Amino acid sequence: MSQVNSIYGLFPGPHSAERGMNALRDAGVPADKIVVMASEPFEEYSFAQSDRSTWMGWIAVGGGVFGAIAGFSLAWFVQTAYPLAAGGMPLVAPWPTGIVTYELTMMSAVLVTVIALLVGSRIPDWSDKLYDPEISYGKVLIGVVDPSDESRASLEDRLRRAGAEKIKATGRFASN
Amino acid sequence: MPARTPEQINEDLMRPLQGVSARYLVILAFFVAIVLAGLFAWGWQVNHGIGVSGLRRPVFWGFYITNFVFWIGLSHAGTLISAILRLANATWRRPVTRCAEVITVFALSIGAMFPIIHLGRPWVFFWLVPYPSERGIWPNIRSPLLWDFFAISTYLLGSGTFLLLPILPDLALVRDRSTGLRRKIYTVLAIGWRGTPRQWHRLEKAMSIMAIAVIPVAVSVHSIVSWDFAMAPVPMWHSTIFAPYFVAGAIFSGIAALIIAMALLRKFLHLEEYLLRMHFENLGKLLLVMSLLWAYFVFAERLTTYYGNEPSEMAVFWLTLTGRYSPLFWTMVVCNFIIPFPLLAIKKLRTITGCVIASIGVVIGMWLERFLIIVPSLSHKYLPYSWATNFYKPSWVEITITAATFAAMAMLYMLFSKFIPIISVWELKWGQHTEEVRDPVLARADEEEATA
Repeated sequence: MSQVNSIYGLFPGPHSAERGMNALRDAGVPADKIVVMASEPFEEYSFAQSDRSTWMGWIAVGGGVFGAIAGFSLAWFVQTAYPLAAGGMPLVAPWPTGIVTYELTMMSAVLVTVIALLVGSRIPDWSDKLYDPEISYGKVLIGVVDPSDESRASLEDRLRRAGAEKIKATGRFASN
Repeated sequence: MPARTPEQINEDLMRPLQGVSARYLVILAFFVAIVLAGLFAWGWQVNHGIGVSGLRRPVFWGFYITNFVFWIGLSHAGTLISAILRLANATWRRPVTRCAEVITVFALSIGAMFPIIHLGRPWVFFWLVPYPSERGIWPNIRSPLLWDFFAISTYLLGSGTFLLLPILPDLALVRDRSTGLRRKIYTVLAIGWRGTPRQWHRLEKAMSIMAIAVIPVAVSVHSIVSWDFAMAPVPMWHSTIFAPYFVAGAIFSGIAALIIAMALLRKFLHLEEYLLRMHFENLGKLLLVMSLLWAYFVFAERLTTYYGNEPSEMAVFWLTLTGRYSPLFWTMVVCNFIIPFPLLAIKKLRTITGCVIASIGVVIGMWLERFLIIVPSLSHKYLPYSWATNFYKPSWVEITITAATFAAMAMLYMLFSKFIPIISVWELKWGQHTEEVRDPVLARADEEEATA
């Protein structure tokens, strides 16, 4: 069981999860305190719309530009460091240089995208985080991290009325 | 596909990961034995030298390079097809994509080994890598063989990550349903995936970017493989058509391999309710298009050669059409066109069995095509004094290594499907959910029923 202080509800599907999310918003819970987890993206629902904006596209382009510069530099350097006059081509031949540049452009773009995904998703992370394995059984977790002691009863009630199948608590709330 | 609850989908697709049957072990042991035989043959070659192969002047490229081109071509099954279907948002793709992407990664890994096996001294393979050596020698960027190094590395990285990233949510799924050591292993592999909106959005975005990036990379890889040949002044190689001809052939053999793999998975993992006839039909139609395209390329290539009437090219032309290699050539035509065309064009014949028969034909035909591109041309180059008198015959070493690669593919696929769900569980659930969103009344009723 996680040591994060939280109260959350497990909802049977996205419709009830949406109601749960609305109930927490109506209770005035700040967006950064609400936690959502699901085994599917559920992009059609508003409860799954947080943290949507990302620079990943531009980061990938940046990675591609870096790769292009690195690829061209490598091809140019290799051809001048060990000069081979072959096939009537200039020492730095444009076609093969272009091919190597292209491949390294794509390689860098792919690599940077993966790094951006990992950093953006904050993984790998094996530390103690709020999680419930029932998510893998199709449940949607909607909860609040670090709620005040006074608000606990009200939040539990709101989640239950929204359709949560189970209400669970972690951290200091779990022992009370 | 009939609607299933998320739990039913979990159960069905996780089932292959639970337990090992005696039949599974026997089949796996069979493939492992062939792979070991292949490793022994390679060890024999390393120990005794490349002379134990059938490679003799002037045919220095034989089975190994045939296998190289064949496996790299086969690797186009997965990532390319998966990326195209993903970008086109083809909803039927969901049960198919991972089966396909796995083929890419394994076929590419096997294919990339062949240039190393082909080297007489494989331990100096790293000389191909541009690194600052103490001798001050750098590889020749103008050699297409070096382009292969960059292209295959890029494609392997792209395909590997394209396969692995969407596996993360499924690894978390397996983690949550496991206990003991197995749970610990999957906890490490799932790298802390929790399914927060932030993680889902990043994953979706990354997959879109990768899908866009990986398509031109896939095309470039087989173009570059074709340029290994087309950049050389060898009869019937030095052709501008080679890059698209190779890419079309690669996609052709890739789709065929995917159909065979899907049929085997369907049968042995009991995935009849997920890999439907519709999937085979759709891929069968794609295979038909590629069969026609392949026939068009073969015709166009030979027509141009025939009208050119250049003596050296005509020597190779007749060698394949009516000469020593004609039985292989006509077998190739039968396998790649005569058999698949009716089976895939006539709706009644386009069954799962029909698609599989056509695909087996295509895989055999495409291997022969690679062989026929390489060996006859090297036997009859421009200077008659270099023409082959002893025609190329593969040795037991080459045949064993070739058989071992097919066994390695089957072995790796079997092992993969035992540890990772071979159909993407979360994508399937999401796809079903997306359909339900179109029918919200039904979805809400299902959910209320579940709550009750």
